[in-house]
Amino acid sequence: MTETTVNAGIAHGLYREGEPVADSKAPAGPIAGKWRQRQFEASLVNPANRRKLDVIIVGTGLAGGSAAATLGEAGYNVKVFCFQDSPRRAHSIAAQGGINAAKNYKEDGDSVFRLFYDTVKGGDYRSRETNVYRLAEVSANIIDQCVAQGVPFAREYGGLLDNRSFGGVQVSRTFYARGQTGQQLLIGAYQALERQVAAGTVEQFTRHEMLEVVVVDGRARGIIVRDLVTGEIETHLADAVVLGSGGYGNVFFLSTNAMGSNVTATWRAHRKGAYMANPCYTQIHPTCIPVSGEHQSKLTLMSESLRNDGRIWVPKNREDCDKDPRDIAEEDRDYYLERIYPSFGNLVPRDIASRQAKNVCDEGRGVGPMVGDFRRGVYLDFADAIQRLGRDAVESKYGNLFDMYARITGENPYETPMRIYPAVHYVMGGLWVDYDLQSTIPGLFVIGEANFSDHGANRLGASALMQGLADGYFVLPNTIRDYLAKGPFDKLTQEHPQVVEARTSVEQRTKRLLEIRGERSVDSFHRELGNIMWEYCGMERSEEGLLKAIDLIRGLREEFWRNVRVLGSGDTLNQSLEKAGRVADFLELGELMCIDALHRRESCGGHFRAESQTEDGEALRHDDEFLYVAAWEFGGGDALGEMQQPVLHKEDLVYEAIELKQRSYK
Amino acid sequence: MNLTLKIWRQAGPRHTGELMTYKVSDISPDMSFLEMLDVLNEQLNAKGEEPIAFDSDCREGICGMCGLMISGEAHGPEKTTTCQLHMRSFRDGEVITIEPWRANAFPVIKDLVVDRGAFDRIIQAGGYVSVNTGAAPDAHATPVPKPAADRAFMAAECIGCGACVAACPNASAMLFMGAKVTHLSELPQGQPERMARVVSMVDQHDEEGFGGCTNVGACSQACPKGIPQDVISTLNKDLRAALRG
Ligand SMILES: Cc1cc2nc3c(=O)[nH]c(=O)nc-3n(C[C@H](O)[C@H](O)[C@H](O)COP(=O)(O)OP(=O)(O)OC[C@H]3O[C@@H](n4cnc5c(N)ncnc54)[C@H](O)[C@@H]3O)c2cc1C
Ligand code: SF4
Ligand code: FES
Repeated sequence: MTETTVNAGIAHGLYREGEPVADSKAPAGPIAGKWRQRQFEASLVNPANRRKLDVIIVGTGLAGGSAAATLGEAGYNVKVFCFQDSPRRAHSIAAQGGINAAKNYKEDGDSVFRLFYDTVKGGDYRSRETNVYRLAEVSANIIDQCVAQGVPFAREYGGLLDNRSFGGVQVSRTFYARGQTGQQLLIGAYQALERQVAAGTVEQFTRHEMLEVVVVDGRARGIIVRDLVTGEIETHLADAVVLGSGGYGNVFFLSTNAMGSNVTATWRAHRKGAYMANPCYTQIHPTCIPVSGEHQSKLTLMSESLRNDGRIWVPKNREDCDKDPRDIAEEDRDYYLERIYPSFGNLVPRDIASRQAKNVCDEGRGVGPMVGDFRRGVYLDFADAIQRLGRDAVESKYGNLFDMYARITGENPYETPMRIYPAVHYVMGGLWVDYDLQSTIPGLFVIGEANFSDHGANRLGASALMQGLADGYFVLPNTIRDYLAKGPFDKLTQEHPQVVEARTSVEQRTKRLLEIRGERSVDSFHRELGNIMWEYCGMERSEEGLLKAIDLIRGLREEFWRNVRVLGSGDTLNQSLEKAGRVADFLELGELMCIDALHRRESCGGHFRAESQTEDGEALRHDDEFLYVAAWEFGGGDALGEMQQPVLHKEDLVYEAIELKQRSYK
Repeated sequence: MNLTLKIWRQAGPRHTGELMTYKVSDISPDMSFLEMLDVLNEQLNAKGEEPIAFDSDCREGICGMCGLMISGEAHGPEKTTTCQLHMRSFRDGEVITIEPWRANAFPVIKDLVVDRGAFDRIIQAGGYVSVNTGAAPDAHATPVPKPAADRAFMAAECIGCGACVAACPNASAMLFMGAKVTHLSELPQGQPERMARVVSMVDQHDEEGFGGCTNVGACSQACPKGIPQDVISTLNKDLRAALRG
């Protein structure tokens, strides 16, 4: 590796570099045989011993819900936690588009290898080959499992399953249930989970939030949770802990994530020693409904499929931006994606569509209401499609999306073009895990969006659902047994000093948040953090901007611990207190994301680095310098947001099955 | 817009509650109903009063977490979830009453938040297909006729919000339960446990303290997902068959 200049992050003393890290669990040999080999090598746990082994699972989304059901079926003693009032409400429920699987039911040349290849390429060559191959391998089993549970996927008239092509790939491998695929898959996992609750193998704790992980003698041995109804701080101990707590897109305040989505579970684990990998890798989705005003609490995604028939444009002239779009003549419109990318047009990948939308708005050519100094929206116009296909055809394809748009904006998209703008949607970054999905803390496993493993620097559409269920149904249950076979570990009591220490730290932090009684609401801090992240660590990043962001975040965090106002008490339901704890963690995560983004001086996957572009302004990756996973170790810090330099551990990425290529969409 | 809000405040499950009056001004018609409550909560916080507790998560109409009685109607005047209701559905100057779901089986936890754990327990009683992970045959082994698949999907759209219970004068959960029974009864995968399922779910329903169905139809009117009343007929048909043995 050639390090020509000293990395800005190091130069500014923002981090230091430690020893490299590597996965030691994937067996040697050809890629196609690794998973079979690993399942064979991983120790088995005698069925009679399983009920003596306690496993805690945080999260009831596709990842956590499917893992809890499967481990319960296997006979382990499982406790599962979520902060909503029912496991069925996990954020996975909101996924619309579909789930990929290499079934090749359409005989269109799909295969495990092709799905593997597309996923690695889609991730812009920043994911680990072995994990992705396994994901593609187990994908077909997921569909079988879900159908057997009664998941009502879309079917053809002959009664067989229907597929569509999704996210710009050339085969039809996406299974779907209208626009509610996530809901239907999650209800399937939820029902399997409730069946185990009834069977007594799984105990479920709803309205409970995990606030700390208990690490004893170097192993994850439990969690500290707050019962959100009574406010009681509880300790739960086990032989292993699994985090399936989802993504942290809400660090941007506005995102398509649910209101409660948070980083607390993974960030607390990070503070206890679990490395955080590629935290700056964020996916920004191009087709969301734009912000309508300061009151906005979240953003709504509309399926990407709209770009198949809608044409994206903005006025050529700024003076036209507040006109009725229907009065803007054809020659005064700039169909900028069709202009810049004649071969892909409106179907360029998500990151390109998003960045170009931001560019035209930055030029002052955005449309819709002013938000701050700019109009943040571009048109997505169906007038041509309606003329070409007829209104009925458009309605049958996109009717539900048009209705949703009309409900939210009060405008009729059949008559006037929709307005769209990019929004944060998904995070590829997350806790570092090995091939067994185990973090750097022995006994702490991480699944679903909470880990970093499969999507590299960008995720293909319809593959997060696939990963969540692959991890939960098929991967984790087979790898965790290798660890559990070493147990049961020594029984711990609630009075063990390291257990007491974990619980006390949570109690003190809760107490502190309630005592500050400052001037500013939690939301106002969250909103300000979100603005900083979006401005400087969003679609386009630069050294100057990131350095500024780090300063701003540090100032904001300092103010938070001095001036936040959380009313009410700790011993009842207190939603401000819940939010405060989450925002406190976002304020720490945000800084690490900026440091990670700063150190990665390349444009790659979903993010564009201003200092790394081709002559015509396209993303330029630097495989010579950055072909690695950046795994960050917490550098130390106090409970009130003071943080020391984090330590960077690099995991070199080795491509044996796939050849590295630069992307080109021109 | 300026509005007067009468909102149910209740400190905890064992406290008595009351309607309190609040005024909000400068509400944009583009706000969602819950964003309007966010604005009120920010105001209360600034004044040093504890914000109003209410549930929401996805704010997209799919998770089923939100749910308020708005001037006597479950989820308010539109056929949608509370989170997808927008202020343009109200008039400037309007007085809006906001209460939690009212049903014995849904006890109030605080303010507008209720405990819907009874729904999970009804599902635990049999709302699933017993198939262990890894034991499934190939997905194409059993074709499903499209009409059955479509009806199963329609029923499976239920988001478990509880509006049907809140709207029902008997506080019955038959629409919720009928939706699950219909989803699974339409599919070949649901057949082996079909009879046992319906009996055990209905038993649990009654044990939770939900009322009986007297065909009022308010449930279906209030349902944000448009679950039709005929799912209750499917449930009753299955129940009769099961009881006949
Ligand atoms: C609008 C939208 C549409 C999408 N569409 C698609 C799509 O079409 N196809 C696709 O493949 N992907 C899609 N995605 C991405 C995909 O839905 C998610 O990545 C995936 O569902 C995440 O699943 P998960 O199980 O990892 O986490 P989640 O479903 O987010 O579940 C997290 C769980 O953890 C619990 N939890 C979190 N923190 C704590 C804590 N501190 N204490 C206790 N419990 C906690 C929560 O209660 C919840 O149960 C979409 C995402 C969004 C936002
Ligand atoms: S049937 Fe309708 S109203 Fe009742 S819980 Fe389901 S979605 Fe809500
Ligand atoms: S908040 Fe999810 S349905 Fe309303």
